[in-house]
Formats: sequence, structure tokens, C-alpha cells
Amino acid sequence: MKVPISWLKDYVDILLSVTELAERLTLAGLEVSGIEYLGIEGASLPWDRDRIVVAHILAVRPHPNADRLVLADVDYGAGQVETVVTGAPNLFPYLGKDIRHLNLKSPFALEGALLFDGHKDDGSKMVLRGRAVRGIMNRHMLCSEKELGISDDHTGILILDADAPTGMPLADVLGTAILDIELTPSMARCASIIGVAREVAALTGQRVRYPDYTNLPLEGPSLSERVVIKTENAPLNPRFCAALIEGIQIGPSPYWMQLRLRLAGMRPINNVVDVSNYVMLEVGQPNHAFDYDALRARADRYAGSGQPIQIITRLAREGERIQTLDGVERVLQPFTMLVTDPAGPLSIGGIMGGAESEVHAGTRNILLEAAAWDFINIRRSVQAYGLNSEAAYRFSRGVHPAQAWFGALRAAQLIQRLAGGVIARDIIDYYPAPPPAITVDLPLAEVRRILGVDLPPQEVRRILEALEFQVDEPEKDVLYVTAPDHRMDIGADVVGRADLIEEIARVYGYDRFPNTQIEDVMPPQRDNLALLHEELIRDLLVEAGLQEVMTYRLTSPQREALLCPPGATLDKRPYVTIANPINPERTVMRHSLLAGILDVLAQNLRQRERVVVFELGPVFLPSSEGSELPDEVPALCIVLAGQREPVVWQGSDTRLMDFFDLKGIIEALLEGLHVSRPTFQPADNPTYYPGRTANVLVDNETVGVFGQLHPLVQEAFDLPRQVPVLAAEIDLRCLETHIPSHFTVRPLPRFPVVRQDIALVVDENIPAQQVEAAIMQAGGRLLAGVRLFDVYRGAQIGSGKKSLAYTLTFSAEDRTLTDQEVARVQARIVRSLESSLGAQLRG
Amino acid sequence: MSDSPESIEILDRLAAEALAELEKASDSQALERWHTTYLGRKGKVTLSVRRVGELPKEERPVFGQRANQLKQRLEAAYEERVQLVKAQEIEKALVEGAIDVTLPGRPVLRGRLHPSTQTLRRILQIWADMGFQVYRSRDVETDEYNFQLLNFPPYHPAREMQDTFYTTQPDVLLRTHTSPGQIHAMREYCPQPIRVVLPGMCYRYEQITARSEIQFHQVEGLAVGYNIRFTDLKGTLTDFAQRMFGAGRKTRFRASYFPFTEPSAEMDVECILCNGKGCRLCKYTGWLEILGCGMVHPTVLQNGGYNPNRYSGYAFGMGVERIAMLRYGIEDIRYFWSNDLRFLEQF
Repeated sequence: MKVPISWLKDYVDILLSVTELAERLTLAGLEVSGIEYLGIEGASLPWDRDRIVVAHILAVRPHPNADRLVLADVDYGAGQVETVVTGAPNLFPYLGKDIRHLNLKSPFALEGALLFDGHKDDGSKMVLRGRAVRGIMNRHMLCSEKELGISDDHTGILILDADAPTGMPLADVLGTAILDIELTPSMARCASIIGVAREVAALTGQRVRYPDYTNLPLEGPSLSERVVIKTENAPLNPRFCAALIEGIQIGPSPYWMQLRLRLAGMRPINNVVDVSNYVMLEVGQPNHAFDYDALRARADRYAGSGQPIQIITRLAREGERIQTLDGVERVLQPFTMLVTDPAGPLSIGGIMGGAESEVHAGTRNILLEAAAWDFINIRRSVQAYGLNSEAAYRFSRGVHPAQAWFGALRAAQLIQRLAGGVIARDIIDYYPAPPPAITVDLPLAEVRRILGVDLPPQEVRRILEALEFQVDEPEKDVLYVTAPDHRMDIGADVVGRADLIEEIARVYGYDRFPNTQIEDVMPPQRDNLALLHEELIRDLLVEAGLQEVMTYRLTSPQREALLCPPGATLDKRPYVTIANPINPERTVMRHSLLAGILDVLAQNLRQRERVVVFELGPVFLPSSEGSELPDEVPALCIVLAGQREPVVWQGSDTRLMDFFDLKGIIEALLEGLHVSRPTFQPADNPTYYPGRTANVLVDNETVGVFGQLHPLVQEAFDLPRQVPVLAAEIDLRCLETHIPSHFTVRPLPRFPVVRQDIALVVDENIPAQQVEAAIMQAGGRLLAGVRLFDVYRGAQIGSGKKSLAYTLTFSAEDRTLTDQEVARVQARIVRSLESSLGAQLRG
Repeated sequence: MSDSPESIEILDRLAAEALAELEKASDSQALERWHTTYLGRKGKVTLSVRRVGELPKEERPVFGQRANQLKQRLEAAYEERVQLVKAQEIEKALVEGAIDVTLPGRPVLRGRLHPSTQTLRRILQIWADMGFQVYRSRDVETDEYNFQLLNFPPYHPAREMQDTFYTTQPDVLLRTHTSPGQIHAMREYCPQPIRVVLPGMCYRYEQITARSEIQFHQVEGLAVGYNIRFTDLKGTLTDFAQRMFGAGRKTRFRASYFPFTEPSAEMDVECILCNGKGCRLCKYTGWLEILGCGMVHPTVLQNGGYNPNRYSGYAFGMGVERIAMLRYGIEDIRYFWSNDLRFLEQF
């Protein structure tokens, strides 16, 4: 909200500088997000106090040599009349007339003043210099808004209000700072200048000067005989105040009001609409002016002439429509409150008026509405129609019904003052549902319990009273606090106490509270095992040289469908689907990490020859227990592609990574987790290359799949065809159950270790894992290790065969093995493999 | 001529010859050869000395003595020469062995954690030291947990502060903050006191720009007990800021509003770029907004199962990527999920 300080000062004295005030408000919860300046220090053009002053235009005379220029004689308070040449079209109507009594005032810049250049749009400035204009020397100038930096308007000179004091520096008349305050929903009461003034008063120890509503000239014939008001839904419309002003004259509002509206971010329209907006900004009470004659014409039809107008507020009926004053025809929702008459809707209550009863240039009589609406209900309607008016902004955050009365009085007063006419002698106050007064008992011990500090009782009381709470102390150290009638944010009982404690702390100043350490008992300490495991996995993979990535958890079914090549069965499990997606690529919660990480791979492979990455995070699968919420399953995905090593000057292994690079990483990971002996089985998975894919099993449970990507999948993700992409998908929820909580180390061998190499020829189709397992089994206790170091195929061993060469390590815990013992075990291994796998020892 | 017997003369001549040859040997191999030629098992000196048996008896002692002296002399000369040549050779090798030490080293293919993980770990570590342990809860939440139990009634204006992704399931949404975890933790642990941190991914319906993303990590903290005070909140968070952003860094607490805390505050730290003087990063205020916090609202305590008249608590929440952006001078939040390795490898 924009708050011009000059306006704020109408209601409260401000002794702080603008920046001090902004800081004080910010710390107290009214965040000043920006300060603008007009005409004073800090502005893009501070108005020279000696050279830009208010002038009285005494006469407008013809220019002897030019039809499109005039001469203006002005008094700027220096005791002599100056004449300036101007082409301002808005002075031409006064040409040659006696205008002294009009008190035509305008900003007057003297030679040497710095102004914006009215003829340029780039914000450039100029120093005013005297020059002859069509033969007449011109040294000074009457200014447009553009030349002063008030607006872009350069169509004429700025005409000030007639009471602007001649000779006064313009900075003192119009100059101001404007605070831009961001209001949290709890500060809805501050969505007005008076609302902010109350805060300023409380924070700086001042008093608020409220506008004087007394002595309104209520002179017109009775309103209540001519208009009857009732509601069908008092909880949603607890109060409705109405005033009638007859015989008004629509016209522009005075300059001071127009400027205030503009500084607050609103556009001046005419005196009636401007007053309505001005009162909303000043008091915080939105209000609406109906053209009374339009209402009367309708009543003539539905009730007959001479019968009263009937205003009824009620919920919209099925299929009801209204054309709002923005010209849009709207179908109304059944939860929306309307202001109606028996002929139909007149306005959307608290949100926007209807076109038919709108105030227009010829309006003579006005029925003014200032009502109260339920803010939750208003907000629901605001969302339904996407209507965000200034009135809706305030009503949807809460305006206390008490404010309606002040709003009605103030608007009637200002309309009568600015547009003339007569106010009907009675102002209708239909108040079917006054809210109860809120009183909260606040023991001072409670303040200490929550805030941790003993505030002096008189300080607590002072703060609450400064905020206009009424404070009684019927028993010692217990305050009975009653909320003022502009506040809707104070609850009852324990909530009300918290509300009050916040007010006390906020105004006292958070910075004045000491910093302490918790003295409370320490709760039971708990490890988070799942997190520890995830972090361990991250560390193990980083140690293995992998880069962690993080992708969007939102994706699209189309994107994930690319993981299945044409012809394969699609993943048909339902997705968590977003009802309001931000774009078509982020419509569901992912089922898999792979699609996202393949995008990362494709994008990075365009810049480099090697990518080795992993992601660890949840995937979102339909609940296995029938819950409406998905199972959020932790998953790990690893992707490798490209050269094994980057090209460097020392020479490097630049062959492309293959299945076994990935398998090595998985083995290292499982080893680091100390899961017991994983096994690998050829797997069939549509995403992967048949024959180059394996399931990884721990204790006979499949925990993941990995392998080379199917060439069609690779193509679908825009990955280069010639580079094999290796991917692994591990179900961490499953793997986690196999991670032991602890492990023990083996002692180091105390006796020498014997190494022997053997090569075994087996049929091509026997998996290496099976050969190794058979060796381990046959080797028994004395075989300490098996390591495959060569795989050979060739003519020497015949087709359909392969030779596997192993280094076997033998040792015993209690003695040095003899050559004979080792030879015996080795022979047993060979014999066993001969019989079980048809293996032959290679010569 | 000398009056020495002929045999001695032969020895002397051999000695002179050997010494002259030794002078000529200028590398290890030549010295090796020289040693074999003269002093080896079949070397000239060795053979000459062996001929002592062929000499007349009376000449033998003198010859023997002389021969031994000669052998020792030659061995000594040899050793001396070896040392010299070795020194020369090492000198030569050192000169020839010089390399261009400015050539790049062989690259180590190092892995790294994502900057969000690194920042998250740092934050969680600091809180762990203060006795706050990690409690995690789900990403896909109910309206009840994400809003209603946290004191955001339906259609309440506070909901406007958090633009929400809804799902096609009624009342199921993507959590907009980690705060639903407060209710989960309270309902699980009630009536025990609580000190937990709740990290997790949060989602907001926002246009993706340099300054806003649809997903981001948050870390929430919650302490509930019999005697948790506003001054404790200030103290603990100030300690956190000092460790996260540097000892001596100033903090300030501003009144603010969250439906689930009261009193509510936001904590700012002195700008880490300009040290409070005012710059582009802090929008010339000298302060950076770091986290929101407050005393747990009585309604929320009640919803968690705790009697607000007996228990009190505080809560705080901060954006992990925002903190990382401030710490590392990252100007575009989209870097985090774009996963360009040129960005990630800088960590």
C-alpha cells in the first residue's frame, strides 16, 4: 500500500525522519519495501525551494506576435508582477478575462531552476534560462506536471487549488515522501491511511487525530421513508449503512485529492467516485455510490411510483447474471452475496457495482452504501470471478463492521463538500448482526511464559492502550483487555492471549528482548536411519567419482512414456496429477528418476565427452495400502556415458564406458554398504538393451536393474547413437532393509598368503558368476580370495568356449600352508569344476 | 734402471698402466670394465700377483708385500674414481632430468554433491549440534495438514501467501512448505518434548524465473516443551546465523505474520556482500531476509496434541536454495535444477 507521508500527517504528528519511520514500521511488522519521493530531497527532481514557488495568475493577455502563445501576468509573492510567455492550452479560455477572483494558482519556476524537459521523453533535465520568445523576453515559466516530475502530462500547466499560498515553495505544498508498505494478512486493519496512522501513533507515542464527523449538515428530506434495506443473510452482511445526497454536481475533484489518489496508486475520475475511493483509502471502508434515480426508476416498475425503494442483500440465485461496471456480463455463483432490489441484482456485494446504477456525468442524486461483509465469503467470490478491486482487496482481508458507519459519514460529508447538494436528514444504519466485543483476560505471568521476560506491568498496559485497547485490571497482575472496534484479528481465550502477546512484543520492539538458550528438558534423542543410509549412499557414489544432480519431481506422462520403446507395455500405474500445472512439461509427480536424469545427460553430452551422474530422491507411486496419498519411495538412479577418461596430454583411456564401468560402481556401492554378497541375473526390461541388462539381488531379493539403454530409448531422449548409455535404477526402500546396522572386520592374515593362477575353459554360456561361486565352494576354508584377471576366446580353445583365468589366494589362520596343501585344494577345485561345469584346466 | 728385481718392475709398470687407464674411465661402465681388466678374478693385477709362486723364494716376501700395496692402492684409486664419476653422472642425470613443472597434473575424476545437498548438510549439521534431529515427511500432502491444521482455514487470505499446486484428487496437494511436518512430528511424539528439523522439497505455483522456482528445499525447525520462550528463539537463531554466515554477523528480528506462529518474526542478517553498507544484493537495505520464525500458535499446538496452556514452542523455516544463492553469489535459481555440469562442478 502506498502511503504519502503528507497525507499521513493529517492524522498523526511524525517526529521521526522518513527513513527512521520506515525502519520503525518495518521492525513492527509493516514492512516498508520502498520509499518514493516527490519534489523533496530523495526525489529524481527535488524542487528548488527558492526557484519553484506557487504563483497567482492575475491575467492572461494575447502575445503580440503569436496566436498560439499568450502572456500571463503572475504574482509569485515577490511584490512585483512578472510576465511569462506560455503556450499552455488550458490558459487560453482565460484570455483577456478578469480572472483575479478565480485565484488561479500554478507552480512557477524562476530562471535557474532545474526542471524536467517537457519536450523530451527520456527523463532528461534542463536548467531554465531566459530567452526571447517571438520577440518577448521570457525568463521564468509556469510548469506542467511533466516538467515537475509528477506525471507525464504536458498538455497544459498544472493548476493548483485556489487556496495554495502564493509565494510558498512548491515543495511545501505538494512535496512528500511516499511509503510503499507490504501488508501481511494480519495487518488488514492498516489498509488505510488512518490504519497506518494508528500504528505510527502507537509506535511513536503520539495520538491519532480522527476526521471530525460531527456537525454534518443533514438537511434533506428523510431517506428511510424512501428506501428500505434488509438482508436475507446477516452473517454474510452484518451491517449496511446508507446515505442520500441530492442535487449534487458531478465534476472534477480538487487537485489535492486527485494528487493524493494518484500517489496512492488510483486514478481520479470525478468528484463522487474520487470521494468514494478517497474514503476507502483514508478510513479503510470501501463504499459504493448508486445513481439514486436509476434505483428509483426500477422501483417505479417493481413497486409503483411513490412506493419505497427496496434494497435486499442475499445470496445469488441459480443462473443469475449481472453486468458489472467494467462492462463484463457475469454469471453469479450461489455463494456470492449481492445487493439487489426486487427487479434483480444491483451489485456484487463488496466487490463491484453493476453497470445500470453506475454514477455518470449527469447523476444528480446519490445513494451511498457503506456495508460490512464476511471476508472469507468475499474472498471466495473474488477468486471465483478473478475480480481484484481495491474494495475487494480490503473486504477479503476483513473490515470491521464498526467502520461502515464512519465510512458512510465521511463519504457523505466529502461528497457534499466537493459536489454540493443536500444530505438526507437520516442516515440509515441497518445493523442486524453486530459482532460481540472481544475481551481477553491476560495474566502477566502468561506474557512472561511466552516471551521469557518480565515486562513492567505499566509498560504492557501502555502498549495496549496506545493501540486503543481498553485495559482493566480487576485483579492484580491480570489484565482484562478489550479490542478496539477496528480490529478483527483478536481471538478468544488462549488464542486471544497469544494475539495480545504478539502486539506487546511487536510494539515493545523485538530487538529489545535478550537472546537466551533453551533451558527446557532435552527430548529423547533419535537417529534418522533412512536419512543416514541415503547420505552414506551419496558419499559412496561421490567417492566413486560421480556427480550428484537434482531434477524436477514434476514431469509429464509423455516424457516418462519415452522410457518404453514402441511395442513394449507402458507403465499403466496412475500418476499423482496436478490440477493446475504451470506448464505442459510438469503435470504429474514422477514415477521414475530415469527420464529426468536422461534429460540432464543429453543436455550435458552436448558440451562434454564424459558424464557420470546420479540422483537420489523420491518417486511417487500409487499407495500400496489404498491411501489417497501416494507412496513416496526413495530411489537411486545412476547414469554414465562417454569416454572413460578425458583426453589429457599424458595419454588416457578414452574408450567408451560400457556395462562393466557401471557394474563396478554398483559393486563398490554395495560393498560400501556392507550388504551381504549381491548377485546379478540377466534381466528383461523394455527400457534396456536385451542381453546387456541385469537385475541386482541381495539375499535373493531384486533391489534394482541396470544395464545399457535400449537404442530406441536412447534415440527418444536425443542421446547420440554411437555412445552407449549405462543406467541403473535402485529401489532404496528395498535395498535399505538389507543394509546391516553394523559389521565386523576380518583379522589380518598372520601367516603368509599363497597365490596361484589357474585358467579354466568352460562353455560360453556358463556365467562367470557361477564359475566363481563353484570355485569358492570347492575351495573351502583355505581359499581366501578369487579374482578373475582374464577372459580369453580363440582358436586355441575352440569355438563355443571361453577361458577364465583366476588368481586364487590361499591362507590359513593357524599355520603356514605347505605347497602340498595348496596343490591339494587347487586340485579339488579343478576336479569339482570338471564335474559340475564341465570345466577343463587350461594347459 | 732400478735395482729391483724384474718381477717388481713388471708390477710397477702394471700399476702405472692401470692408473693411467683409470684416469680415462669416465663412466660407470668403463669403470666396471677397468675393474674387471685389472682387479677382477682374471684381471691383470690379480694374475700378476698370483704369479708369486713362480718367483724365487727370496723374492717372494718383497714381491708379495709390493703386490698387496699395489692392489690396495689401485682399489683406493678405483673407489675414489667411482665416487667422482657417480657424482658426475648424478649431476648429469639431474640436469637432463628437468621437466616442465608447469604442465598440468593428471586429472583426478572427483565426484561432488549437489550444492543443495551441501547447503542442506551444513544447515542440518549446525542444528544437530544444538540437539535438533531430522524428521522427514511427505511431499504430497492433504489440505488438512498443509493448511487447516496450521491455522489456515479454507479461503483465508493467508493462503494467498502460498500459491499452491493442487492435484486432481480433492484436498490433496503438493506441500507449499515443510510445516505440515510440524503436525506429523507433534502427533507422533506427543506428549514428549520435541526438538526436530524438517528438511524437504516444497512446491509453489509460480512462474519459473531467475528469482522463483516451482520446487525448492526448505528446512523447518520445531521445539516444543514446557518452557520454550521467545528469547530462546532469538538466541538459538542468532547462534545459527553466526555459524552459517560468520561469527560477528549482525542479525535483526522483524515482526511478521505466519498463521501457524504467534508472535511471528523474520530474521534478517547483515548483508554478507556489503557488510550492511547497502548494495544490489540487499536492495540497499543492508539486510538480507533469511528465515521466518515465531512461537508456535496455540491452535497449532492444540492440533498437535499439546495443551497450549502448559506447553509452548517455537518454529522457524528457511529456504535452502536461497541461502546457497546468498553464500555462493548465485544469481539465477534455475541453475539448481538445470544441472549444467559447468555449474555443479564449481562446488
